[in-house]
Amino acid sequence: MSFLIDSSIMFTSQVLFFGFGWLFFMRKLFKDYEVRQYVVQVIFSVTFAFSCTMFELIIFEILGVLNSSSRYFYWKLNLCVILLILVFMVPFYIGYFVVSNIRLLHRQKLLFACVLWLTFMYFFWKLGDPFPILSPKHGILSIEQLISRVGVIGVTLMALLSGFGAVNCPYTYMSYFLRNVTDADILALERRLLQTMDMIVSKKKRIAMAHRTMFQRGEVHNKPTGFWGMIKSVTTSVPGSENLSLIQQEVDALEELSRQLFLETADLHATKERIEYSKTFQGKYFNFLGYFFSIYCVWKIFMATINIVFDRVGKTDPVTRGIEITVNYLGIQFDVKFWSQHISFILVGIIIVTSIRGLLITLTKFFYAISSSKSSNVIVLLLAQIMGMYFVSSVLLIRMSMPPEYRIIITEVLGELQFNFYHRWFDVIFLVSALSSILFLYLAHKQAPEKHMAL
Amino acid sequence: AGVGKSSLVHLLCHNQVLGNPSWTVGCSVDVRIHDYKEGTPEEKTYYIELWDVGGSVGSATSVKSTRAVFYNLLNGIILVHDLTNKKSSQNLYRWSLEALNRDVAPTGVLVTNGDYDREQFADNQIPLLVIGTKLDQIPETKRNEVLTRTAFLAEDFNAEEINLDCTNPRYLAAGSSNAVKLSRFFDKVIEKRYLLRDGNQIPGFSERKRFGGGTLKSLHYD
Repeated sequence: MSFLIDSSIMFTSQVLFFGFGWLFFMRKLFKDYEVRQYVVQVIFSVTFAFSCTMFELIIFEILGVLNSSSRYFYWKLNLCVILLILVFMVPFYIGYFVVSNIRLLHRQKLLFACVLWLTFMYFFWKLGDPFPILSPKHGILSIEQLISRVGVIGVTLMALLSGFGAVNCPYTYMSYFLRNVTDADILALERRLLQTMDMIVSKKKRIAMAHRTMFQRGEVHNKPTGFWGMIKSVTTSVPGSENLSLIQQEVDALEELSRQLFLETADLHATKERIEYSKTFQGKYFNFLGYFFSIYCVWKIFMATINIVFDRVGKTDPVTRGIEITVNYLGIQFDVKFWSQHISFILVGIIIVTSIRGLLITLTKFFYAISSSKSSNVIVLLLAQIMGMYFVSSVLLIRMSMPPEYRIIITEVLGELQFNFYHRWFDVIFLVSALSSILFLYLAHKQAPEKHMAL
Repeated sequence: AGVGKSSLVHLLCHNQVLGNPSWTVGCSVDVRIHDYKEGTPEEKTYYIELWDVGGSVGSATSVKSTRAVFYNLLNGIILVHDLTNKKSSQNLYRWSLEALNRDVAPTGVLVTNGDYDREQFADNQIPLLVIGTKLDQIPETKRNEVLTRTAFLAEDFNAEEINLDCTNPRYLAAGSSNAVKLSRFFDKVIEKRYLLRDGNQIPGFSERKRFGGGTLKSLHYD
C-alpha cells in the first residue's frame, strides 16, 4: 500500500519535471526555431526529468520521506533508465541526426546511425581502461561499468565548468577589470569600420565593372578551377585578370579587417554597457559579490593544490565538520542529529539548485552561440547528453558533502566505485581548468587595451 | 542566422551559386550592377551595394548598437527569411523595426515591445522586398500552405515577395517573374534615391540596400 503511494508521488514529480523540461525547451532553447522533430524535445525533457528525480531522491533520503525500501527501488530504476538513455538512446539519435544532415547518406540513414553508435560505444568502453575506477570483482556487463565511465566524463565536465566559472565569475563581476571606454572611442572605431566598408565597396565596384566589360567584350573570364586549371594559369594569363586578382586579394584582406573591427566595436559597446551597469545599485552589489567570490576562488584553488600535493581526500563532509567545530570550539550544545539533517538538506539543496540553474544557463548560452537551423537538433541532443552526464556525476560528488548516514544509499546504489578517485580527478581537472582560464583571461585582458590604445 | 543571406547576395551579384557558405561575422558588402529601366531608351547603369548584416534579432544590445551603424543612408531593405522555419518570418517584424527606427529616432533607441504596427509601414518611404529561401527543402505537399503564409507576410509589409532557392540560379533567370520583380524593386529604390530629389541622374552612382537578417535582409537571421 505504501509502495503505491510512494509510486504515485514519484510519478507525479516526474511528470512535473518532464513538463518543466518541455517548457524550458520550448521557451528558451528553441525560441527561434521550429520544432520539427518532436523526438528531440521528448528526449531532452525525459533526460531532464530523470536527472531531477535523482536529486529529488537524495533530498528524500535526507528528509526521510517515503519508505526506505521503495527509495532503494526507485534509485535503482532511475539509474537504469538514465544509463539506458545516456548510453543507448541519445548517442544513437545524435548519430541519426548527424547522418540526416549529410545529404549523401540519405538512403541508409539507419545503417550509418548504427555504425556511428557502435564507434561511440567502442570509444566509451576504451575510456575506462586508463582509469583505476573499478574493483576487479565486477563482470563486464554491469551497471558499475557504465556508471564509472559516465562518471569520468561527467566529472571532467563538471571540473572544467566549475574551474572556468570560478575564475570568470569574479572577473565579470568586479569593475576593477573594466577598461575605460568613452563615447569618443566608440565613434572613432565606428568611423574606421565604415571607412573600411567603403573601401571594400569601391574595390568591389571596380571588380564588378571589370567583369562586366570583359563579359560584354566576349572574353569569358574563367577562374582557374581544378589542378590542371591552376597549372595552365601559371603559363598563360589574361592581362586584365592579374589586376583583378590583386584587387580581390586586397578586398579579402579588407574584409578580414572589417570583421575584426566589427567585433571590437561590439566589444566596446558591451564594455560601455557594463560600466553603466556598474554604477547602478545592482552593479555595486555584484561588484561586492565579485570580491567575495574571488576570495572563494583562490581558496578553492589552494585547497585543490593541497589535496593533490599531500595526496589527501577529504574524509569528513562540511556539515559534520561545521557541527564539530561549533560543538567543540564554540561550546554550543545542540541536538546533532536533528540539526545535521536540516543543515545538510539545506546545503545539498542549494548545491543542487545552483548547479542545475548554472548548467541550464550555460547550455542556453552555448546553444545560442553555435546553433543554426541545420544543426539545432544535433546540438540539443548533445546538450541533453552533457546534462545527463553532468547530473549523474554530481550525484557521485555530492556524496562527499553529506554526513555518513546519508551516504550509504548512494554507495549502495552506485555500487563499489572508487569514489576517492573521482574526487582526486575532479581536483586535478579543476586546477588545470582554473589555471588555464586565469592565463586565458589575463592574455585577453592584456591584448585588448593595447589594441584599443593603438587607435 | 543560417537563413541564406550570404548565398542570396552572392547569387544576386555574381549570378553564381556560393560554393562554401560560412558564418557571416559583422557585415559584408557586395556590389551588383543594375540596369535601370532596362530595355528603354532611358536605360542607365547603376551600382547597387548590398550590405549583408549578420547577427540575430535577439542579439545582445551591444551587437545591436554596433549593427545600428550600418543602417545609415538606407535606400531599400530586403528582408530574408527561411521558408523551412516559421519563426524566422515572425522575426522579420523586429528586424524591420530595428532597421527603420534608425531613421525615426536618430538616438538609436529601438522599439522593444516588438509589436507590429501597420501604420509605421504604411507611410514608410523605403522600398521593402521580402525573400523566402530554401524553397527546395519544402516538400511539394506543404508548398501551398507555406506560400500563402508568406504572401500574407509580404502584404503586411506592403512589399513584394520572392521565394527561391539560393543554390539554383534558375529562379532568377532573365525573364522569369522573379527576375522581373527583382528588377522592379531595384528600379523603385533607384527612383526613390535620385528622382525624388531632383531630376538629375548620375550614372554609375550607387545606392545602398540593406539586407536584413533572418529575413531577407542581409541581416543575419538565425
